[in-house]
Amino acid sequence: MIHTSVESPKPLPAGGEITPLLTLSGISKNFPGVRALSGVSLSLYPGQVTALIGENGAGKSTLVKILTGIYQPDEGEIRIGGQPVKLPTAHAAFEQGITAIHQETVLFDHLTVAENIFLGHAPRTRFGMIDWRTMRANAKEVLETLGAGHIDADAPLSDLGIANKHLVAIARAMSIDARIVIMDEPTAALSAKEIEELFLLIEFLKSQKKAILFISHKFDEIFRIADRYTVFRDGQMVGEGRLAGTTQNALVRMMVGRAVDHIFPERQPKIGGPLLAVSGLSHPTEFDDISFELRQGEILGFYGLVGAGRSEVMQAIAGMTRTSRGTIMLRGQEIAPRSAADAISAGIVYVPEERGRQGVVIGMPIFQNVSLPSLKRTSKSGVLRLAEEFRLARTYTERLDLRASSLSQDVGTLSGGNQQKVVIAKWLATKPKVIILDEPTKGIDIGSKAAVHGFMAELVAEGLSVIMVSSELPEILGMSDRVVVMREGRIAAIRKNDGLDAEMLVRLAAGIAQ
Amino acid sequence: MKTLAKHREIWLLAAIVLLIAIIALRFPVFARPGNLLNVFNDYSILIILALGQMVVILTRSIDLSMASNLAFTGMAVAMTNAAFPEIPVVFLILMAMAIGTALGAFNGVLVWKLGIPPIVVTLGTLTIFRGATFVLSGGAWVNADQMSQGFIALPRIVFLGLPVLSWSAITAIALFYLLMTRTAFGRSIYAVGINPTASVYAGIDVGRTKFLAFCLSGLVAGLCGYLWISRYVIASVEVANGYELSIIAACVIGGVSIAGGIGTVAGAALGALFLGIIGSALPVINISPFWQLAISGSAIILAVVLNARGERRQGRIILRRAEA
Amino acid sequence: MTTDTARHIPDRLDSPFRSAVFSWEMLLVLVAIAIFVINSIASPYFLNAWSLSDLTFNFTEKGLIALAMAMLIIAGEIDLSVAAIIALASTLMGMALQAGADTPTLVLIGVGVGLLCGAFNGVLVTRLGLPSIVVTIGTMSLFRGVAYIILGDQAYKGYPESFAFFGQGYVGWVISFELVLFLVAALAFWFLLHRTSFGRTVFAIGNNPIAAAFSGVRVERVKFILFCLTGLMSGIAAVLITSRLGSTRPSIAQGYELEVITMVVLGGVNILGGAGSILGVVLAALIMGLVTFGLGLMNVPGIVMSIFIGLLLIVVIALPIIWNRLRERSA
Repeated sequence: MIHTSVESPKPLPAGGEITPLLTLSGISKNFPGVRALSGVSLSLYPGQVTALIGENGAGKSTLVKILTGIYQPDEGEIRIGGQPVKLPTAHAAFEQGITAIHQETVLFDHLTVAENIFLGHAPRTRFGMIDWRTMRANAKEVLETLGAGHIDADAPLSDLGIANKHLVAIARAMSIDARIVIMDEPTAALSAKEIEELFLLIEFLKSQKKAILFISHKFDEIFRIADRYTVFRDGQMVGEGRLAGTTQNALVRMMVGRAVDHIFPERQPKIGGPLLAVSGLSHPTEFDDISFELRQGEILGFYGLVGAGRSEVMQAIAGMTRTSRGTIMLRGQEIAPRSAADAISAGIVYVPEERGRQGVVIGMPIFQNVSLPSLKRTSKSGVLRLAEEFRLARTYTERLDLRASSLSQDVGTLSGGNQQKVVIAKWLATKPKVIILDEPTKGIDIGSKAAVHGFMAELVAEGLSVIMVSSELPEILGMSDRVVVMREGRIAAIRKNDGLDAEMLVRLAAGIAQ
Repeated sequence: MKTLAKHREIWLLAAIVLLIAIIALRFPVFARPGNLLNVFNDYSILIILALGQMVVILTRSIDLSMASNLAFTGMAVAMTNAAFPEIPVVFLILMAMAIGTALGAFNGVLVWKLGIPPIVVTLGTLTIFRGATFVLSGGAWVNADQMSQGFIALPRIVFLGLPVLSWSAITAIALFYLLMTRTAFGRSIYAVGINPTASVYAGIDVGRTKFLAFCLSGLVAGLCGYLWISRYVIASVEVANGYELSIIAACVIGGVSIAGGIGTVAGAALGALFLGIIGSALPVINISPFWQLAISGSAIILAVVLNARGERRQGRIILRRAEA
Repeated sequence: MTTDTARHIPDRLDSPFRSAVFSWEMLLVLVAIAIFVINSIASPYFLNAWSLSDLTFNFTEKGLIALAMAMLIIAGEIDLSVAAIIALASTLMGMALQAGADTPTLVLIGVGVGLLCGAFNGVLVTRLGLPSIVVTIGTMSLFRGVAYIILGDQAYKGYPESFAFFGQGYVGWVISFELVLFLVAALAFWFLLHRTSFGRTVFAIGNNPIAAAFSGVRVERVKFILFCLTGLMSGIAAVLITSRLGSTRPSIAQGYELEVITMVVLGGVNILGGAGSILGVVLAALIMGLVTFGLGLMNVPGIVMSIFIGLLLIVVIALPIIWNRLRERSA
């Protein structure tokens, strides 16, 4: 795994007080109409992980952008090693030894691994040209130190999976001898095994005295890996301290401002007969022999590791991709949707995973987003009727408790959680029979999460049937009536959610024998 | 990226060789080294222009004004030479590069500082530069009698078996190759084209990189302004009219992706040569020159289809995956 | 989270009046008025009915194409081959003329060829998934190339009297047929883009084709229709131009595509897609007509005129950006 041929770190002084490597004080940032940050402070300590916690819209990403030199603070001071510094450009942050690893890769697919590690600071020859041999050798060395020696330094980055891309990003951080490493939801797209490996890497970085800022929604990870915490709410810092001295509930209370007792709604499921029956559904490269049944009024959870093929199956059912064989029956009638429009008219809707890219049309107002799949109904022989569209949008956005100033507002100005509400509103407006939700609460704050779950329960109570693809075990266990586990493109198991536990699901998903 | 590149350029080279071979079957004259070197010489200017355009396209931009830039610069230099024949040609060449770069910088500044999309900017400067050529010359021509001996002779001087014009192209290919593969600037051009967001995070100034790309295309256009008018011994408002399309065609055929980030020096040069082979083969095969436009149009469409095949990403392979 | 009372979200915040006054279209109206005034001062020939009627010929033909091009660009594509389509359509009309075709047939051929060329572009882009900018550079050369193969450096002449009506005829007093056709088409396109669900899907595709596809929009089909429409309008323009000139040469309409695109961009359509209005395009067409006509009255050569058009394009796009920057600085 990791070759820690490094001296063990010096033990913390008895008092536990070490000087912070980075301090932000009184940082404020305004945008037109929005006060993203007001007088926040944050400290990062060498060799320690500080978790940054907060709902969506609390200001975390703005803070990261200030730390990486993309934004300038309107007020406040940044000190590194006790000295005040300015970070006017990304390059300046880079020179100060600040580096960031983001959820999606911010690297270059068509360049090689070595080029990505050394972009911007490649070793030069006498003539100022790039010294390829040294660069490649250095790249191999850095990857070895991280236990990633199996990655080919000459391979194009696009050949690697997301976990290995994260490794390359970390290798980049190591290569510039970064002092401060920011990790923004790094585990979002990783499997359980890859998360473990990432944590080992973080321990290694700690041993190298790097100061780490770890942004995450997942409390179990936070309590495992972090030493300290800082909580943001509505652009302000509302709490900080050592994790040892606090509890999950206390953190949530700080985040949200009130205690959250139930995260999952109580339900009395009224499950009827089979509504959707999928049989032998197969695709040449993505999945094979998928057979399952969705019953009227149930929530069917689809669990699996990232890349198990769940979204692919759902997209096929929703008409987005072609299948090579197999049947789909809805209420006993066979359907063969060849486009999203077909599936929508049959009553099956698919709420995609990537909200920004696949869910909302940024640039268009909220009400137009909501009416888009329902234009046939709201317009009359092809002619738009705005009043109808507004009515439709109003009905569904109010049901979902959308936070927006007007329905004509550009959907791009909404927070992640509210955008998700618009997406769900748009699909509900088509009055579907089956709604497929792909990672419905990924990357959204606790408040909106609870809203979405509560809403799902209401829908099902009204007679809708739901398929929920999720990688979050608490969500699967808390919401599903039955669970389908997929692994590598096939169904591994279908179980009733009756005494199921997380461990069993993980084992089924990873193919580990009992 | 390197492996992908190798495939693409090799196919193009093979296509060119095949084309020459086919033509040579009926017209062996065509494949004679002397003739092929002539073709290279005739299309040296297009090769150099294609290299400049490639750099711009790599950054997800486009420069429609190169031909007009060439015309203006060429006219300026020709008029200077006609009025002051005692000025050494080398100085005039430098002047051409300077003017060309200034015009390119104008494009670049609008893209960088005002964020106007390159297609809009260069659509405007395409007509502005050419109109300026008219204003500069008053509509008049500068022809051979008015140009000094040295001015005309330079590209024709033979050195080690090749005219200076051909050597210009060869030098340009070599310099661009070094620039794109060995310098940080070259890397940043690719980076900006592949992933502008990531480039910002990596500390690359995207706007400035695009600006410099336009300066480079302008410099190249200016240089070719001199080369064109001294080669064809005429400077007029009509010079290189419509040529911008041939330049882009050369890049597209050479595998440079219009989406940015993909493309090589070898590809651009080969793309220009491909057009050159077709252009010079037509009179040999006795096809009327009126066919040339349609043929190059078909070549472009074919090249785009092949480009797209190469760029298409494979669907997720999930069944029996072998992930590290 | 539920609240005690359902939150009521208003439909709009801005009044429609406010957004109209501060819009791009209003800027264009002001520019048009300004140029009209300048023209009147600069030349005594400008302000009379027949003069103004002649003015319309300067922009109606390109304007017809610009209407369709605007929708195509809003959808995120582009068609550089429109002028070449004109050349090919005109050439084939000329061939039909030689074969003795009558006026209705000529019109049918012209429009039909335009439609077919547009469909060809459409298939290449939507079926083969090719980027429209380079594909249409290719078809631009191909279409005009075929025209050259057929005609070489010759010309077709001798179009019948009845045919001349389209490009030279008047519907009443000074109102030309071309102007009426343009206004009718503008109205039709306005309705199509801004008042139908088809038009709404065009905007959705331009902003986010992936999300639009997920929302059930048939993206490829809409784009194909838009390419056909652009080809169709080019075909109609070919009939008008050929009728007006009374002859066909393969070099006909050279450079028109750039003027059409200039009209569209000047009209406020975002070249990257997703935003724009037909009113803006109509105003931009008018402005370009005013500029070229006014300069023509002052005997400015065509090539110098194009400097003005180029400058107009850049200045009109740049001004609001500079304005906003200055406002932000002082804020």
